[in-house]
Amino acid sequence: MSDRKPVKCLVWDLDNTLWDGVLLEGDDVRPFPQAVATLKALDERGVLHSIASRNEPEPTLAKLREFGLEEYFLYPQIGWQPKSASLKAIAADINIGVDALAFVDDQPYEREEVAFSLPEVLVLDAVQVADIPGMPEFTQRFVTADSRRRRQMYQADQHRKTAEADFEGAQEAFLRSLDMRFTIKEAVRDDLQRAEELTLRTNQLNTTGYTYSYAELESFLDSDRHLLLTAALEDRYGPYGTIGLALIEKSGTDWTIKLLLMSCRVMSRGVGTILINHIKRLARDAGARLLGEFVQTGRNRQMLITYKFNRFTEAERRGDLVLFQADLEAIPPDPDHVQVIIPMRSSKS
Amino acid sequence: METVKAKVREFLRGYIADHEFADDEDIFASGYANSLFVMQLIYMVEREFQITVGDEDLEFDNFRSIDAVARLVTAKSAVPAGT
Repeated sequence: MSDRKPVKCLVWDLDNTLWDGVLLEGDDVRPFPQAVATLKALDERGVLHSIASRNEPEPTLAKLREFGLEEYFLYPQIGWQPKSASLKAIAADINIGVDALAFVDDQPYEREEVAFSLPEVLVLDAVQVADIPGMPEFTQRFVTADSRRRRQMYQADQHRKTAEADFEGAQEAFLRSLDMRFTIKEAVRDDLQRAEELTLRTNQLNTTGYTYSYAELESFLDSDRHLLLTAALEDRYGPYGTIGLALIEKSGTDWTIKLLLMSCRVMSRGVGTILINHIKRLARDAGARLLGEFVQTGRNRQMLITYKFNRFTEAERRGDLVLFQADLEAIPPDPDHVQVIIPMRSSKS
Repeated sequence: METVKAKVREFLRGYIADHEFADDEDIFASGYANSLFVMQLIYMVEREFQITVGDEDLEFDNFRSIDAVARLVTAKSAVPAGT
């Protein structure tokens, strides 16, 4: 079995892959039933879909609409550019790595072009379409409420991005216009599947890359030595779902942030600082010293910046592991463009 | 030095429109500047002034004001290439 990361988005060719026939040649194209079944099965699990097709955009989108399939595809790339360029654009728009993409096409030429330019993409032949839902790269252990809503959440994101591009003015004013609400709470059993999913799916905004099994996460809930926090964000376009996670290990008066991660969908929202400020205040109120572990993974430089610019200074270095210590004397104010909601602490006794 | 300051000021304006920062004012005092902001500021500085900001330069004090960024860029540019 491969050690590939799970596929987050499947990119479809259309002619003779999603549907039977070639649209431009005037065929009366019809979607293949097994392709539609695969599309819907993966959508239910939270795998996203997009399109890389050589066609005229308008009639092609009209066809998809006619079949009731248009809403399944995010950022469809329909035009005459190489398919590898379309895949890169899709990864950039969704804000995931190219290595989280799979591509399915009936044409050997197109598959080879993508495999050559982007070797990290999982390339599939259209004859395999019915088998895709059973492939390990497309199988997640849990389907959570957030994964089922993932497409809708990305669609809300698409609307946000359009609004942001059209917004004339400074970025701060745009963020204010979003009317964001950020909720931080202690994790409960219902959050664990999503928490595990976040540890597996989040590569960029992740301080250590540690992954924890469901059982390990569950043991933290009742442990006096651990604090597991989840963070969710919502704005006027809709929910982002649970997008942040922090695991704090308490040992005497040392509190250590073992894991701090944020979904890349909230990268520019300024909510990381709010979560960190919350943890700082909890540690300060408990009379503890706050440490944060950081392990360079090659993709998480932004979390190094996050620690450093939230006034953590390097205290110790052991091989790849850097231990930062937080300044709890001067905790900066939370940015005022986000409403912070912290429900009453459930008492863990 | 003045070009660097002008560039940084222009960059800040893209974020926060209704505030003119003084050269020595703490950019982070508002609580607004996030890590993405820092990342974009670093990219801008690297691109505009052909320098490389290493992990060792990622210190709060190097980015906390317009003056500080100008000092960092000047120091990095003073190192001859290839050394």
